[in-house]
Amino acid sequence: MPEQRRIIFKHIDQAGYTNDLACYQKHGGYETLKAAVLRKPEELIEEVKKSGLRGRGGAGFSCGLKWSLLDRKSGKPIYLIVNADESEPGTFKDRYIIHQDPHQLIEGMMITCFANNVKQAYIYIRGEFPIGARILEQAIAEAKKANFVGNNILGTNYSCDIFVHRGAGAYICGEETGLIESIEGKRPYPRIKPPYFPAVLGLYQCPTIVNNVETLCHVKHIVSMGGDTYSKIGTPGNTGTRILCVSGHVKRPGYYEFEVGKITLGELLNDVCGGPLPGRTFKAVIPGGSSAKILRFGERFKGKRKVGAEMQDYDWGLEDLPMDFDSLAMVGSMAGSGGVIVMDDSVSMVEALANINSFYAHESCGQCTPCREGSLWMKRITSRMVLGGARAEDGALLKNVADQIAGRTICAFGEACSWPTQSFVLKFGDEFKQYAEKSKDLAAAKETTPLV
Amino acid sequence: MNLSENTVKQIEEVITHYPVKRSAALPLLHLVQEDQGYISQDAIAWIAAKLELQPINVYELVTFYPMFRQKPIGKRHIKVCRTLSCALMGGYKTCAEFEAQFKTKRGETSEDGAVTIEFVECLASCGTAPVVLIDDTLHENVDCAKARALSDQIKAELKKS
Amino acid sequence: MTSPAPADLITINVDGKDVSVPKGTNVIEAAAKVGVDVPHYCYHPKLTVVGNCRMCLVEMGMPAVDPATKAPVIDPATGKQKINWMPRPVIGCATNASPGLHIRTTTQLVKDCREGVMEFLLVNHPLDCPICDQAGECKLQEQATGYGRGYSRYIEDKNVKPKRTVLGPRVTLDDERCILCSRCIRFSKEIAKDDVLGFIDRGSTSTLTCFPGKQLANNYSLNTVDICPVGALTSTDFRFKMRVWFLKQTNSIDTETSVGANTIVWSREGQIYRITPRQNDFVNDTWMADSGRILYKHVRSEDRLLATRVSGKEASLSEAVSKAATLISENTSHVRLVASGKNTVEEQFLIKQLADQIGTKASLVSRIGEGDTILVSKDKNPNVRGALVTGLINELPSQKLDLLSSEIDSGKVKVVISFNEDLTLAGLNPSQLAKVKVIYIGTHQNKTSDAAEVVIPSLTVFEKSGTFINQQFRIQKFLLAVPGPSGVVDDLVILTHLLTALTKSAPQATQAAGILAHTWTQIASRVPSLAHVSFSSLPEVGALIDSSAFQKLPFVETQTLHFKPAV
Repeated sequence: MPEQRRIIFKHIDQAGYTNDLACYQKHGGYETLKAAVLRKPEELIEEVKKSGLRGRGGAGFSCGLKWSLLDRKSGKPIYLIVNADESEPGTFKDRYIIHQDPHQLIEGMMITCFANNVKQAYIYIRGEFPIGARILEQAIAEAKKANFVGNNILGTNYSCDIFVHRGAGAYICGEETGLIESIEGKRPYPRIKPPYFPAVLGLYQCPTIVNNVETLCHVKHIVSMGGDTYSKIGTPGNTGTRILCVSGHVKRPGYYEFEVGKITLGELLNDVCGGPLPGRTFKAVIPGGSSAKILRFGERFKGKRKVGAEMQDYDWGLEDLPMDFDSLAMVGSMAGSGGVIVMDDSVSMVEALANINSFYAHESCGQCTPCREGSLWMKRITSRMVLGGARAEDGALLKNVADQIAGRTICAFGEACSWPTQSFVLKFGDEFKQYAEKSKDLAAAKETTPLV
Repeated sequence: MNLSENTVKQIEEVITHYPVKRSAALPLLHLVQEDQGYISQDAIAWIAAKLELQPINVYELVTFYPMFRQKPIGKRHIKVCRTLSCALMGGYKTCAEFEAQFKTKRGETSEDGAVTIEFVECLASCGTAPVVLIDDTLHENVDCAKARALSDQIKAELKKS
Repeated sequence: MTSPAPADLITINVDGKDVSVPKGTNVIEAAAKVGVDVPHYCYHPKLTVVGNCRMCLVEMGMPAVDPATKAPVIDPATGKQKINWMPRPVIGCATNASPGLHIRTTTQLVKDCREGVMEFLLVNHPLDCPICDQAGECKLQEQATGYGRGYSRYIEDKNVKPKRTVLGPRVTLDDERCILCSRCIRFSKEIAKDDVLGFIDRGSTSTLTCFPGKQLANNYSLNTVDICPVGALTSTDFRFKMRVWFLKQTNSIDTETSVGANTIVWSREGQIYRITPRQNDFVNDTWMADSGRILYKHVRSEDRLLATRVSGKEASLSEAVSKAATLISENTSHVRLVASGKNTVEEQFLIKQLADQIGTKASLVSRIGEGDTILVSKDKNPNVRGALVTGLINELPSQKLDLLSSEIDSGKVKVVISFNEDLTLAGLNPSQLAKVKVIYIGTHQNKTSDAAEVVIPSLTVFEKSGTFINQQFRIQKFLLAVPGPSGVVDDLVILTHLLTALTKSAPQATQAAGILAHTWTQIASRVPSLAHVSFSSLPEVGALIDSSAFQKLPFVETQTLHFKPAV
């Protein structure tokens, strides 16, 4: 069984570890920042580029590349926004960093700010983390007192402050331009890109970096050990470690940090998480937060892929899937935010989809036509099915509606709300076709857990 | 607007966090709601004036974000997560248990004004599902038994106060 | 091989057709230039781009070049440069012309996108067509017909929202029909500068509204009705009155102020039902003030003058003209003439001839009030400049006719001719009017017409054709929309009769149209700044004329849309 490598989560739930500055420094905290401010900012950016770090918020976009796209020529102030909105269903990692190890985030932030000449940083934290917001504010105050944040950091002439900004219960604020609109005090409608790329026209129309909490923590470790060293952790193109959040029908749900690509889905679910619940078998798994396309146990994936310099054959069942960005994308899903949701044979896929569709219909901001009307339509179809009005053609209808949304919207919410429907219907089409008849059996057979 | 002195102080301070006043809309709404229990029409007008905005600009936000309420709620606020992972582990039964315990439907406040029960979206603690947020505190692994225990605790605390 | 575009234009290719456009032109506008319609809802040429309706999705491609050598990659099948088409469609409204840009609108993908968006828009849209005012000019109807699938697969319940919200004194809102394009919100904020509209709630239950207690009441509120692509925002005045396909459209000019906003008058069988703005990018863009739209109500108001009268008794036109001519010739050098800033250029030209014939000078009455910075100027006369250009007056008019007043008191004046001006509003009192013989030629009854010896009813701007010169010194033409009341003749006919009676020479024309044409030949030859203007070929956007002769005059207008006062 692969061993966890706890770099980010080293101190989470560790006995005796507290979230104050003194404890953090006792464990070597802020030494990396102290060294970083003595280096050239471009060097620090180079380290992050070399490290191959990919964003941990869901998109997996190269962090070094994101920083390099910043418009540094316009003379406008540069902003850093930390996306602490963690709302992707199935994801629960940033919560622990914020509540138990906030200084790791702050140190990663300040290194990032220094490297990119950021004028002002904001942490956008979801409204449902009220205690987390207070913890962060306290940590920032401590860090300020110790001259790690604020004016003339560590005796340099670089100054940068951090403010905590609380959200109020909207998933769309996790979308970077929706987040920016929310901080600007407007309805969080994502912006059209082009032209509103945050790197050029972000917060207050100034160049802005939006990074996930975990990503910024990785930045600290990259600068500490060096980009080259970090790039050797994990696998090529999928470097470093990732926190996998496993929930649903496994014996040991929870968070687990592994080198990217060095653990397979089977090892994760069977060995690390103890396998299915007693008397049950695995049926389906969503590997990257509810927006990711679902995988069916029993599916096989065959083809050729690049390993090092050569092309190699692969022939995988779900259990063989390495949990890295490229492999998961290759088999038609995504690594996303690392939220692994497991469903066993007690679950009706129609009802599971109904639960997910309800979520997306509720969270759609309503700005653009396909997502606004389409997400609600899909929810109404699956709700009707579950409430007894299912028709055999509803699966095909769901797919058609979903196909009309993906690729046609302002932001990735269009894909997020349509991928579940598309993949559920594709992989469990028979269940959808037969739902009307089967549901009577299911209800009679055992006491089911309602999902709707 | 009958805001406490401390709230007013915090409001003035938070406005300085942003180069554009409008950005303070969300922080001000949180502060006012914490002070008054909910956001009234007067509060919307007051916040708008404070930030040099039109009332509609603030009204748009209050109705967009589910955490803001325009009516007072019960003394205790119970938010049960309804999204997939919690639902898979019995979240719907947990919510039904709370509803039965307080004879209140989701989305409503009990007749005696004791609790408000809400069925909310993913609270980002899926590994310990089902989860329930009571006021600011997160409760994990809340099955029906634990829901009953928590309800008893709430009722006891309400009796005392 | 097309010839290269002028240096400052960018050439793009739409459905195989090259089109050269200025920098910053988006795909919707560029495509329109080569006859390709890109359907859209939320895009409006005068408002910021939001890209939320997704109806203008098109395919975009760029020419393929070898990444190393930058040499063009040629498609062996066509022999032309290969175009790399992007798999994901883009919105036309937010895609600006760039060199080499290729657009496709006739592919299956674009067809699917349009059918999809149409289906989604109709999913929660109420089936109100039979009772909805927008029918016949509804973008949803048009684009569903042109680009929709023709049927819907939706069998669920539809959203229910407030259906007849009174948003303000002139606008009624049906929220169920709203497609959340946000044009009205952008207009109110960006153009009317009255940020009073917004969306509340979220997702598909988003609803347009005002904050409770506030209203959409500004003087431009009806423009939101014009730009609403569906029947959500409706004009309370026009609601349920008439189906638009029965209405005739006539180009006209708003006479509320010297802005001269371009309008369309909608009428059926001689009755006007509404007025809407007409696009003129030099004067009013696509907007007009609400206060100018209600002016058509004067056409059938209770105080409309309908009968020609002499000495209080009904008379024929020739009797009235004859009596007027007699009064004038019997009192030579004791006749004064008051013309109006509401007269057309043609009328003012003939009134000048009349004044010369009589041997007197004409005065105008000025009408100054509050203006705004958008489309209402301070000068409530639409055509003071016409009087200047035709030489009818040499200076700006004043509000009070002091000279006339004193001349009446001193007995110097025996006859006053008034063209549509109530002299009691210009400083005269009824006892002064009683001292003289008044000849009143105008449209509505007032204290002056009551006191007049001769009353000849005339036509409103909606019942005749002519031109006005606005604050920009732009001459703009308007056309007859509805016939005048029975028995009432055109001002030009009245003036011709008067001139004929006084000069004793035969007129060149006796019908309004003929007189108009003949007057223009005279204008062109006698008024230098109008020498190159022709009524029939005057462009729809009007024409600027030479105003250098009037530069020094202290015009009252201040800055409005497309107008900056001379320093």
